[in-house]
Amino acid sequence: MGLVHEIDYGTPASKAEKQVTLTVDGFSVTVPEGTSIMRASMEAGIQVPKLCATDMVDAFGSCRLCLVEIEGRAGTPASCTTPVAPGMVVHTQTSRLKDIRKGVMELYISDHPLDCLTCAANGDCELQDMAGAVGLRDVRYGYEGDNHVRAKNDGVQNFNWMPKDESNPYFTYDPSKCIVCSRCVRACEEVQGTFALTIEGRGFDSRVSPGAHELFLDSECVSCGACVQACPTATLTEKSVIQIGQPEHSVVTTCAYCGVGCSFKAEMRGEELVRMVPWKDGKANRGHSCVKGRFAYGYATHKERILNPMIREKITDPWREVSWEEALTHTANEFRRIQYQYGRAAIGGITSSRCTNEETFLVQKLIRQGFGNNNVDTCARVCHSPTGYGLGQTYGTSAGTQDFDSVEYTDVALIIGANPASAHPVFASRLKKRLRAGAKLIVIDPRRTEMVKSAHIEAAHHLALKPGTNVAVVTSLAHVIVTEGLFNEAFIRERCDWAEFQDYAEFVSDPRHSPEEVEKLSGVPAETIRGAARLYATGGNGAIYYGLGVTEHSQGSTTVIAIANLAMLTGNIGRRGVGVNPLRGQNNVQGACDMGSFPHELPGYRHISGDAVRDIYDSLWGVKLDNEPGLRIPNMLDAAVEGTFKGIYIQGEDILQSDPDTKHVSAGLAAMECVVVQDLFLNETANYAHVFLPGSTFLEKDGTFTNAERRINRVRKVMSPKNGYADWEVTQKLAQAMGLNWNYQHPSEIMDEVAKTTPSFANVSYEFLEKMGSVQWPCNEKAPEGTPIMHIDGFVRGKGKFIRTEYVATDEKTGPRFPLLLTTGRILSQYNVGAQTRRTDNVMWHDEDRLEIHPHDAENRGLRDGDWVRLQSRAGETTLRALVTDRVSPGVVYTTFHHPDTQANVITTDFSDWATNCPEYKVTAVQVAPSNGPSEWQKEYNEQAHQSRRIAGRLEAAE
Amino acid sequence: MSLDEHRASTRDKIIRMANQIATFFHSKPREEGIAGTAEHINKFWEPRMRRHLFEIIDAGGDGLDELVLAASSTIRRPADAAA
Repeated sequence: MGLVHEIDYGTPASKAEKQVTLTVDGFSVTVPEGTSIMRASMEAGIQVPKLCATDMVDAFGSCRLCLVEIEGRAGTPASCTTPVAPGMVVHTQTSRLKDIRKGVMELYISDHPLDCLTCAANGDCELQDMAGAVGLRDVRYGYEGDNHVRAKNDGVQNFNWMPKDESNPYFTYDPSKCIVCSRCVRACEEVQGTFALTIEGRGFDSRVSPGAHELFLDSECVSCGACVQACPTATLTEKSVIQIGQPEHSVVTTCAYCGVGCSFKAEMRGEELVRMVPWKDGKANRGHSCVKGRFAYGYATHKERILNPMIREKITDPWREVSWEEALTHTANEFRRIQYQYGRAAIGGITSSRCTNEETFLVQKLIRQGFGNNNVDTCARVCHSPTGYGLGQTYGTSAGTQDFDSVEYTDVALIIGANPASAHPVFASRLKKRLRAGAKLIVIDPRRTEMVKSAHIEAAHHLALKPGTNVAVVTSLAHVIVTEGLFNEAFIRERCDWAEFQDYAEFVSDPRHSPEEVEKLSGVPAETIRGAARLYATGGNGAIYYGLGVTEHSQGSTTVIAIANLAMLTGNIGRRGVGVNPLRGQNNVQGACDMGSFPHELPGYRHISGDAVRDIYDSLWGVKLDNEPGLRIPNMLDAAVEGTFKGIYIQGEDILQSDPDTKHVSAGLAAMECVVVQDLFLNETANYAHVFLPGSTFLEKDGTFTNAERRINRVRKVMSPKNGYADWEVTQKLAQAMGLNWNYQHPSEIMDEVAKTTPSFANVSYEFLEKMGSVQWPCNEKAPEGTPIMHIDGFVRGKGKFIRTEYVATDEKTGPRFPLLLTTGRILSQYNVGAQTRRTDNVMWHDEDRLEIHPHDAENRGLRDGDWVRLQSRAGETTLRALVTDRVSPGVVYTTFHHPDTQANVITTDFSDWATNCPEYKVTAVQVAPSNGPSEWQKEYNEQAHQSRRIAGRLEAAE
Repeated sequence: MSLDEHRASTRDKIIRMANQIATFFHSKPREEGIAGTAEHINKFWEPRMRRHLFEIIDAGGDGLDELVLAASSTIRRPADAAA
């Protein structure tokens, strides 16, 4: 096996079309214009010694080790900063160069500890490598002079020495090993875009400094780890490497956090994970990562992970550990009993957006084939179901139109209801890079997010709208574009239905959609709306990126349609740099939707009522599929409360914490007779479960995830499942216990079945993925190597469809009792319900949810920063601590939902999107008042949770 | 919550959801709006939900948007047996 080695070309690739040929050490090499001599040499297989250069950042030219000689040119230019020229003749090794390099290395080593044998970078140190490469045998200067290495020189305090900074939970900064190459500083700027690091001082006093001479943890550092990856020595090192040692083999796999779907090398020693390193060839992340993907994998071995199946008769009983066989037989018997007693449709299941495509496919197959109904849903119900509906209606397919690389060609980015810097950090870094290169940005968000203004980026327009007015504002953008004649008539005539456009143009032109009218209800100044519309329509390639701030509303689907209209109006669809891009929440929420997790459609978004589609499965699976749509998650809960839905199989989803109106969810779960939860931990939903099946992590199984750009990425097993089985095996065993004749030996066989039955996946196989690395669906006869950009020559549905988008105010209105609007979101270090990230050191950045409130609203209520407050809506109340900030406007409050103690969903209501029942998380009318501590509900809830987590035979509850 | 209250809240929810759909389709031409409302409910509503809807319609349709009532003849009536 061995480590996956990646070549460091020293400087980034040039995108130039024109090719240049030169000679390096007698070899002829042809590279794009603008390439550095260093990179060209590496292309030819010749590695010029280097320290300050690495291909993730631009050339810097400080270490003076990569010098070369060029025939006809004087001196010894640095090969990293010197571009190639036609006919150039380069020598990388001459006696002059050898002497210079040796001299440079002597200076470096004279101020460096000589503890190589006990150094964490031993075996992975570029300084060591270069000392070897230049043939360093002696250091003429000795080691006794001024240095940064020793705390004391001859018993006297050495003020040049600095102690290690171990404040960051995942890596250490040891200044004594720093060679001041600036690679970390440049990685923070160029790759991550945070600008947390700098070089302080001059000359011999130069030091890497987080913030203004702060500790890493106290600085602006977001712990993405790019600096650690860039560091050529042991100055910045993963604590895991310090503890374990260097890895001996690595496996390329896909991150299981957000929808960006970053590729990583899992670097291993045996079955122990040493570190995660982003893979340069990963097409979603291009070698970058965030704090979650790179560092927050400790939950996989957390002590609270449940490794044995458990059952109990009543939810008030303690859990009883049982064998897999007993748990599965019990579950199968219960499900069959319930169906016999209450009808075939009395059970259902929920697929997991955290599990693989193959696992999701199996769960929906179990439900359709084994349960004999279509009561299957997935967490996309509560996030991007409106995207499916809206883009399906307008364009004919329900997924983002671009790949992430497309952002490199965007001139105007329009972000609506999304905060990629927190929720999709690696994409945010790629976008920020483009913004720093001159692209313009428009942000539509009630809150002043990091994207609106942060280091070296600033939105041209921020439309800080009142929550719930998306449709009005986006339709008003269309009003400006149509009434000012900024639409792309040629595109519309060619690609869209002209009559529908005329109808839409007439609709949006009405004065009620004018910015002046919309200002009255949205609070966005008319001039800002006009400015944003003009910029998007005329600023070059316009790309829309949107998130749950769009979908999680009563009119979520309507806003998606409005967005699709906007892109069609301006011709911003069907080429790179443009498009409509939903930023999907979970790692495989796209895949879960693709795999037929919705109750009304089979894999590949084909409606269940289609006879021809059902026939495919009827003949393959040997059953007659129900042709009626099944229940969606909220409908399942309604039916449970009503008494017609009695059993549920939930794989990797915590509906009690993540779904709105907690009291309604718990009432529904409590009304069921058999709740089966398959998860890593006793999550909140498990408080109401009768059967617990332990799940496996992404490190413990083979499969595929599909990210927000429709990219199918391989997940590869790097260690044995601690619970005994991968999740697909558990589902298969349950299916077998229910009498189904399943016999998959490997997930690749499941993907083969998907490909055989789903036209958009026809060419996908593990063999093909092995060859291609990854592929974006549709991938079939028409697009043999996949589809990076959709709708290039026309829309999937034929003509693009303009649809009227009338604004309807949500029923959730403020009034005297509930005068503020609550909206919700995420933070960088935590992930969704926090089940994983709360069980890692990421809690050091965010250990509780806080309520953001404007100073004006806080003062009216006598609240100070950090005070406990009671947050109350018509659905319920909870308490948390206030964070007074003007990031939110007066009248708006905001919180995250990562901690179960907060119970933010006790507050959210059962209002939902008109088309898909996606809950209206983003608008709840609330009141905020001072409080002394947790509410009665929180206390009762904690007591119930504590009771329900008892495991018989163990002294302590599992959590 | 008592059983009666549950029935009342189910009824309110069905009415609210149906009316939300109708509200969207009001912005379409009349015939398209009727067809769209019926199609949407047929495509996405499980038989139990449609059965509740028809209970309301059969009892006079109190509280329902008139577009839902206009569409009701093309909304599929679920089979009698509990699905």
